[in-house]
Amino acid sequence: MMETLVNILSWILIVSGSFFAIIGAIGTLRFPDFWSRLHAASISDSAGVILLLLGMMLQAGPGLIAVKLLIILIFLFITGPTSTHAVANAALVSGLRPRQLPSAKPGTDAEPAPDDENQQKQGDAS
Amino acid sequence: MFVLASIALFIAMILVLVRLFTGPTLYDRVLAVNSFGTHTVLFIGVLGFLSGRPDFLDIALLYALINFVGTIAILKFFRYRAIGDVRRETSKTES
Repeated sequence: MMETLVNILSWILIVSGSFFAIIGAIGTLRFPDFWSRLHAASISDSAGVILLLLGMMLQAGPGLIAVKLLIILIFLFITGPTSTHAVANAALVSGLRPRQLPSAKPGTDAEPAPDDENQQKQGDAS
Repeated sequence: MFVLASIALFIAMILVLVRLFTGPTLYDRVLAVNSFGTHTVLFIGVLGFLSGRPDFLDIALLYALINFVGTIAILKFFRYRAIGDVRRETSKTES
């Protein structure tokens, strides 16, 4: 009874984790812009990792293997958003900007030489 | 169930690899490398369960560490054009 419950729960977790991993990969491949690809990559970084590793922990049972999986989970949970933030910050500093709406005319509002202004604002804020 | 997860992770890795080779900018490629490494960690773990030898989890943990440090090193290299000693004027613009 208990084993069946654990099996069903870990089945659900692993299947949904695989689903989120493959959804994140499809989004990384298909989205049109770098800044939207960041969102898709972080889906498989957080949701896929958490669900798959929790499912594997349930399947492994208590012991050393579950502790190793927990260590991997904690490490990926910290470093995934950190490296995503590092990539986003490096892209922003290097001057990559999001796609504008077609209605926003270039050079009016959205980006009149955005490098200097943004960096001055960041310097003021920090 | 581990067969299903490994197939899904394999397809996801191939899709991310396509983005890695066709990415228009450098940051797309770095993001794809990072995502590919995360998928690889999961794939190694699932493969260990699939073959009945969960000792592969040590390799997965090591791969996660190397992946994170490698991503940060690539970003630092392409920003400062140096990995070790960064003493330049460009470090002032960092907030």
